[in-house]
Amino acid sequence: MSGLMWIVAALVVIAALSWVFRFAGQAVTGNRPYFRDMSYGVAFGFVLGAAILIWVVYTFIKARFILDETAAAPYFFFIFAVEGLIVAGIAAWLFRAAGRLVGTGGTRKLFRSMPLTASFGILVIIIYAILSIFAQVIAPYGQEEVFAAANTLPGTDPMHPLGTDNIGRDLLSRLIYGAQNTVGIAFVTTCLAFLLGGSLGFLAATLGGWLDQLVSRAVDVLMAIPSLIFALLLMTIASAWAGNQGWLLTVYMIVIIAVIDSTRVFRLARAVGINIVVMDYIEAAKLRGEGLGYLIFREILPNAYAPLLAEFGLRFCFVFLTIASLSFLGVGIQPPLADWGTMVRDLAQFINFAAFSPLTAALPLMAAGAIALLTVSVNFVVDWMLQKSSGLKE
Amino acid sequence: MTDERQTLVEIRDLWIEGRSDEEWNPIINGVDLTLHKGEVLGLIGESGAGKSTLGLASMGYTRDGVRISKGSVKFDGIELTTASAAKKRALLGKRIAYVAQSAAASFNPAHKLIDQHTEAPVQHHVSSKSEAVADGIELYRRLRLPNPDEIGFRYPHQVSGGQLQRAMTAMAMSCRPDLIIFDEPTTALDVTTQIEVLAAIRDIVEQFDTAAIYITHDLAVVAQMADRIKVLLKGDEVETAETREMLSTPKEDYTKSLWAVRSFQRPAKPAPAVDATPVISVQNITAAYGKMPVLHDVSFDIHAGRTVAVVGESGSGKSTTARVITGLLPQTDGVIEYRGQPLPADYRKRDRNQLRQAQMIYQMADTALNPRKSIGEIIGRPVEFYMGLRGRKKRERVRELLNEIELEPDQFIHRLPSELSGGQKQRVGIARALAAEPEFIICDEVTSALDQLVAEGILKLLARLQDELGLSYMFITHDLATVKAIADEVVVMKDGHVVEHGPKDDMFRPPHHPYTDLLLSSVPEMDPDWLTNLLAERGVENIGDAAVDKM
Repeated sequence: MSGLMWIVAALVVIAALSWVFRFAGQAVTGNRPYFRDMSYGVAFGFVLGAAILIWVVYTFIKARFILDETAAAPYFFFIFAVEGLIVAGIAAWLFRAAGRLVGTGGTRKLFRSMPLTASFGILVIIIYAILSIFAQVIAPYGQEEVFAAANTLPGTDPMHPLGTDNIGRDLLSRLIYGAQNTVGIAFVTTCLAFLLGGSLGFLAATLGGWLDQLVSRAVDVLMAIPSLIFALLLMTIASAWAGNQGWLLTVYMIVIIAVIDSTRVFRLARAVGINIVVMDYIEAAKLRGEGLGYLIFREILPNAYAPLLAEFGLRFCFVFLTIASLSFLGVGIQPPLADWGTMVRDLAQFINFAAFSPLTAALPLMAAGAIALLTVSVNFVVDWMLQKSSGLKE
Repeated sequence: MTDERQTLVEIRDLWIEGRSDEEWNPIINGVDLTLHKGEVLGLIGESGAGKSTLGLASMGYTRDGVRISKGSVKFDGIELTTASAAKKRALLGKRIAYVAQSAAASFNPAHKLIDQHTEAPVQHHVSSKSEAVADGIELYRRLRLPNPDEIGFRYPHQVSGGQLQRAMTAMAMSCRPDLIIFDEPTTALDVTTQIEVLAAIRDIVEQFDTAAIYITHDLAVVAQMADRIKVLLKGDEVETAETREMLSTPKEDYTKSLWAVRSFQRPAKPAPAVDATPVISVQNITAAYGKMPVLHDVSFDIHAGRTVAVVGESGSGKSTTARVITGLLPQTDGVIEYRGQPLPADYRKRDRNQLRQAQMIYQMADTALNPRKSIGEIIGRPVEFYMGLRGRKKRERVRELLNEIELEPDQFIHRLPSELSGGQKQRVGIARALAAEPEFIICDEVTSALDQLVAEGILKLLARLQDELGLSYMFITHDLATVKAIADEVVVMKDGHVVEHGPKDDMFRPPHHPYTDLLLSSVPEMDPDWLTNLLAERGVENIGDAAVDKM
């Protein structure tokens, strides 16, 4: 109860302060339009933001420098998050500054108008891409190598900087290989989903008629079934077909997820396509006697790049999360291949130790964090692209 | 004499900039404007001259990405450039109102007209909701909207375009403002509808002694509406004068050139030989969209080297006839013959040569050119597709075509359509049609989206190409000035029927079919007394849609 009282009291104080803030702003700046026309809600937002910032800084300094180690344990992840955010911000800023100096005129202009979030997203995506492509070179050990020391905590053994898991495999290596497996498979799946959904969508938009009806209704049926449950069901069947061959199950998984996700791509491609098909330049091309291939790939596709590319980013995240969830449930990427979803599942019980040994709880969180970081980064980039293509200002 | 009246709006040395990419470009360069109470000022100029920006600035408003960099805007003594948001809120909608170009896009489709009408008076505490409703009905009556007691309780999509435009004018009047800004209120309307809206606007502005800024690019319209006219060119003021003085003795060269536009006229061609085979012969065409019949027994011939203008208001079946000729809409009855040979009804069944002979030029060059392809690619494709030219030969042919449409090849061949002006885009559309080397081109309202000077350039280009290449045109338009300029023969259409058909000279000489007469008399003329005289002659009930309905 007292906690609630505290919050209410704080909000009342902030409400009063925001009025003072706006009044002071008007007085100090001599009634500049910005303060003069500021609504109370905006002033409240500013003061609330400032209050939260002060609380974060205060807690951070207290936990990081003043409290001793045992007392600071509850703040372990808080400190980690604040420091991570600062480092990420600096890295993104440096990356953007570098982008503004190096490169062709076009890319430099792109970097000049780029928000910090987008540059952070691009930086993370580049790092992930490098890690997954060169996993064999970068990873210190193989993904299946088992060491004597099991359950080593991060930072305690110089041989294994991020520790080892419950059967003694090096976690750093598995994280890096996980990037290759999870991200690589997700990428292939998304490409397949776009090939399938995109071409069917454009075909339906261009031809219309019974073909459109047939494909659209089929897609409606597929979309009516909850996708994760549908995928689980199909994967159960597929695992019976695949038998002992892990790679075959992976191929089945790629096809199943691609088909399920292609329904969403189909919807978008058809909607975008229909808007383009009614344009006069399509009519001109039809009257010229152009074939279907030319119409779709030369006239429609170039005008649909922006929304499709944005959808590609989002769809990639969903596919990637679906694969991780399937692996977490045990039907996705099969051991001994390293995969972030499987890693979270294998180490999940350690999360119970978070209260007294944060480092132990960090074991499953590293893989989960790798998933979250990539998803957030891709979304940052997609947001930026969507804003650019839609021509929204501020 | 107007100077004795009280000044309402005073704009002094106004500079406005717009942001594009990473820099600020000037839009208005130091324009002054004075408007007295009860006066109507016409703002004219080409697109991009800054007319709308100046109109909005006189409300103290700028669009996103646009800023007032210098100067002052005073409304009734209140400095609007530095006024607080609260102060402006109290003025806008109450003392200053705005009527946008497209009423259909400006009304909220989810609310009834009367609810949108009453919002401003209720918000500004001018009157209660029930008083505002009663006043709205009264305004609808004064604007001569049909069925004024009930029309307000309809949704915007249930009302025609011209009626919506009048409803919007009524909405602007709801608080009895001192100033209304009309931003091209009739540009999107047919001539017959336009004249009704013009009469209604002029009437109501006079009744309530409201000051107005009337923005348009149509000189004949502004001559009917304005007391004074201000001409703008690329953000600079060219000249300002009383309407009559401006029309009779324009001072600047640019103004004179605007006035001279309508003088372009081609010499008449000799009539075709009686036994000549027409290039395209439309014979007894009947067509329908689904079960809805749109064309009834339409027939006309287009002979080699001649221009046939098809006129009529929107919905009369002009564009549908073009769709039947190109094969996009197969006819249910009748035949289209090309040089005596019947063409297959569906374009998919026509062979490449048949498709090549009939080309289209579209009204909206924006949607007619693929925005992701360079000009070279757009023109090059038909060259490659029909003529089989590739590589260097194709490039040479494209350059030749660009020269033909008077665009410098080196400068334009790699540009995208978005980097061209409206007139240049329309020229590219012409080049794409020419690239197929056709005998027959359908021009669907090719000049109606363009400014008059630019439109005249396009008409001259089309005329020259016709003389050089012996092309036949089917020219769809609702603008009779264009018909006068370029046509050899005229086909008048109404409700899917051909009402009248014959050589141009016969069409512009009485006696006409009553519908032709109505169309002809609805086209605004440069004479400032034209509308007054017409209203005196025919009465308000015998112009525009009201007259069409009686027919």
